[in-house]
Amino acid sequence: MSTVTVPTPRVGPLEVLARPAVRKLLVLALIAAVLGPLVTAQWGAGAWPQALTVDVSAPLARTSDWIIDNRDTSPLFTYFFGYISNAVVLSVRAVYLLLLGIGWAGVTALAALVAWRTAGVRLALGTVVALLACGVLGMWVPTMQTLALMVIAVLASVVVGVVLGLGAGLSDRVNRALRPVLDTMQVLPAFAYLLPVVLIFGIGVPAAVLATVIYAAPPMARLTALGLRNADGGVLEAAESLGATRRQRLLTARIPLARKEIMLGVNQAIMMALSMAVIASLIGAGGLGDRVYQALASVDVGAALAAGIPIVLLAVVLDRITAAAGDRMGTGAEHGSGPARWAVPAAVLAAVVVVGHLAGALNWPDSWVTEIAGPVNTAKDWMVDHLYTGVPVVGGTADWAAHFTTWVLDPIRAGLWWLPWWGLLLIVAALAWLIGTWRTALTAVLAMAAIGVLGVWKPSLDTLSQVLAAVAVTLVLGFAVAIATARSARTERMLRPVLDVFQTMPQFVYLIPVVALFGVGRAPAAAAAVVYALPAVVRITSQGLRRVDPAALESARSMGATTAQQLRQVQLPLARPAILLAVNQALVLVLAVVVVGGLVGGGALGYDVVFGLAQGDLATGLVAGAAIVCLGLMLDRVTQPTERRTTKGA
Amino acid sequence: MKLTRRPAMIAAGAAALSLLTGCGAADMTKQTSPFANAQGAKTVTLSVQSWVGAQSNVAVAQYLLEHELGYRVDTVQVDEVPAWDALSQGRVDAILEDWGHPDQEKRYVEDKKTIAPGGGLGVTGHIGWYVPTYLAKQHPDITDWHNLNKYASLFRTAESGGKGQLMDGSPSYVTNDKALVKNLGLDYKVVFAGSEAAQITQLKQFAKEKKPFLTYWYAPQWLFKKIPMTEVELPPYKEGCDADTAKITCAYPHTPLQKYLNAGFAESGGEAAAFLKKFKWTTDDQNEVSLMIADQKLSPQDAAKKWVDSHPSVWKKWLPS
Repeated sequence: MSTVTVPTPRVGPLEVLARPAVRKLLVLALIAAVLGPLVTAQWGAGAWPQALTVDVSAPLARTSDWIIDNRDTSPLFTYFFGYISNAVVLSVRAVYLLLLGIGWAGVTALAALVAWRTAGVRLALGTVVALLACGVLGMWVPTMQTLALMVIAVLASVVVGVVLGLGAGLSDRVNRALRPVLDTMQVLPAFAYLLPVVLIFGIGVPAAVLATVIYAAPPMARLTALGLRNADGGVLEAAESLGATRRQRLLTARIPLARKEIMLGVNQAIMMALSMAVIASLIGAGGLGDRVYQALASVDVGAALAAGIPIVLLAVVLDRITAAAGDRMGTGAEHGSGPARWAVPAAVLAAVVVVGHLAGALNWPDSWVTEIAGPVNTAKDWMVDHLYTGVPVVGGTADWAAHFTTWVLDPIRAGLWWLPWWGLLLIVAALAWLIGTWRTALTAVLAMAAIGVLGVWKPSLDTLSQVLAAVAVTLVLGFAVAIATARSARTERMLRPVLDVFQTMPQFVYLIPVVALFGVGRAPAAAAAVVYALPAVVRITSQGLRRVDPAALESARSMGATTAQQLRQVQLPLARPAILLAVNQALVLVLAVVVVGGLVGGGALGYDVVFGLAQGDLATGLVAGAAIVCLGLMLDRVTQPTERRTTKGA
Repeated sequence: MKLTRRPAMIAAGAAALSLLTGCGAADMTKQTSPFANAQGAKTVTLSVQSWVGAQSNVAVAQYLLEHELGYRVDTVQVDEVPAWDALSQGRVDAILEDWGHPDQEKRYVEDKKTIAPGGGLGVTGHIGWYVPTYLAKQHPDITDWHNLNKYASLFRTAESGGKGQLMDGSPSYVTNDKALVKNLGLDYKVVFAGSEAAQITQLKQFAKEKKPFLTYWYAPQWLFKKIPMTEVELPPYKEGCDADTAKITCAYPHTPLQKYLNAGFAESGGEAAAFLKKFKWTTDDQNEVSLMIADQKLSPQDAAKKWVDSHPSVWKKWLPS
């Protein structure tokens, strides 16, 4: 990055021209000066011209009708999709019956034993507490349904991911072809996957599982490829010189060397699959997500929380177990051979299952269920009553929301709508080119143009204005919190569980409190997005700040710099890559919940996707989904410095 | 004739596959939920729509199916139009409250014959525009649509800008409001809450502060008991006046709500199908259960139990004799 360098004292006019940033801007200014008037004369300034749009709704509606009329007769469905769907149903059912068959005690024992063997006694105890909590909350059966669905979805994601990853890891050509696809899929919001899958498979578990696989497989593939490519060259050469064949080298050297990355991939796939579990309830996944969604209908935060907590617990337990397994593999600390190590746990498990069967206690006993909905709702009502309006001096949350809408959201949106369409394309090009290469700039401009061609220019800019405003708030709050945590280890320890919860808690749970505090409209949509994106920003930034070279800080301190000076002149500049990454992540995450914002009055693209799902109107939904994807691509390219980030999400 | 080895193996493989899946072709429109019929129970899957009235129907039907007829009941929350599709595919067995979907009725009931009508629910539904009764008392003439423009400034919010706000709810509901506002020349902007939960939460907040609001709402709905609302009179509904929704200038009709069953389930669903066909109650019954769920925050099961315990004369008639 040469655009922002140490301040140069005096720069002559010729030297200014020598800077690449200035040259790039001059080229774009030249294009604007030549093409601007031409384009304006041809199509006019203002919103995207009607003449340049393509109406895709009629063909989409025809496709959807054809599928509904032919899915029970066409061979494509009866001999291909039908088998996929059937396989999913049968395997989910098998796992579900198995889980019910070994009973609640058996499942708990199984999970605890696995945790004990991979991560130790502490995590095993934590696992037991977590699973018992699911039962106490009255969510045992939904938890098992979600777990059954997750097991199949994660297995399929791992298989698909490893196959793709092997291809990309071993062949340069496959890698070149696959990388942009995987890069792009990482930016896509989960909701964008729902409609195409529903179109083919209809509402239900098969569609939910497949959407989850599409969402969770890319990180697995990326990490597998990364692991294979980073394998130590020396070891490989040694294997080759020993006369190992290509296949032997792969099995005995490359894959074992990559196992840490592969395990991290499994971890990522599980986390992403869990975050999809709730979203997939919109297309009939059942289980915990469906309970959260049903509680939303009766405006019952307490009940939604009761179903949301098991999701958080499952996520935390699975994350810790797979992370521990990954660390073990990485250090190669496998003591004892496989069968012997697992013999005792297997015996214990068998005993527990047999006792459970004999006692006839397979289902969670009803009398052990505690209702938390009542107290939670009382607490929420109290909070809302005292914060909504008329708080002395600062005003209530409702007043803030109104001001935010009038003074921030409206002007940004008006500004974006006021810009001529080609002007906006040029701005996008300039930003992307300054920070990246001409390639990223081209992708960004094409993505933006695609939005215009799809005929959703205005709603997309409306969504963009909301995203920008929400990201601004996220960054301000996130940096403030990150600076606090980076400076004090105690604050960090206190905040960590809170961040964990916010990152994994299904967004549906906090939609109602958000509406109760901020009313209906774009402000609560922004608030929900901020809550979702904040943890990642805080994490990345505080990590960046903490990694700053202690020597640099020390020397600044010895020169008598105050705390504020240290922060401003040493820590923040040195943490610049982390901060840029935080901005990029904030944009991607905020965009990912645009659809959730549509559920609380955000309107624009988010509402269109919800509308498309609700009315079975695929044309509206798919076009809006595609526009969100394009916005995501554009924003990612505009904020992406040269190096790529490794993984997304938790 | 002698089979060579390869084709024989392929044939054997195909035979094994077809044994495994039941037949040569896998028709995914005949596949049920993987969670159905677990542990040897007879299972019925009911579609729950996102509003509480629908939850009440399902809760009571579920309670009776489970406790009187010995079924296991699964419920799935699906939006209205996708629910028709799921019903046609047998992913759900019944929809207990449908507000009228002529396109889907024609496609699935008349043409494909995969869905069978299940009779009336006994409740009549009506959609309309409502203002809170405290506001109607202050300004009695506000309940005539001719006067809405006069009061537009009362309904201004940050979202609606300079115009009055007409709040709409979930995208899955039937609405002509955008066209109505335009065709009746009203100085209003339709603001979509995006979900019923968001809309109810906002209405409660407005009512707590006695603020004016104008909203799309529907009866029967439990919220009327919490926030008394008065309907704004739109130009009266006449048969066929809503044929072209772009040019519409009339109010919404009164719709007798209907039940629909999957055609296969209606024929071979045994006692459960017979019970669901006979299921019929009144608006008051439904509201009683809805209020328990939404306002007293009883779980749907508890609310259903309470209602069932106190109204045996109503539901005894639904049981197969």
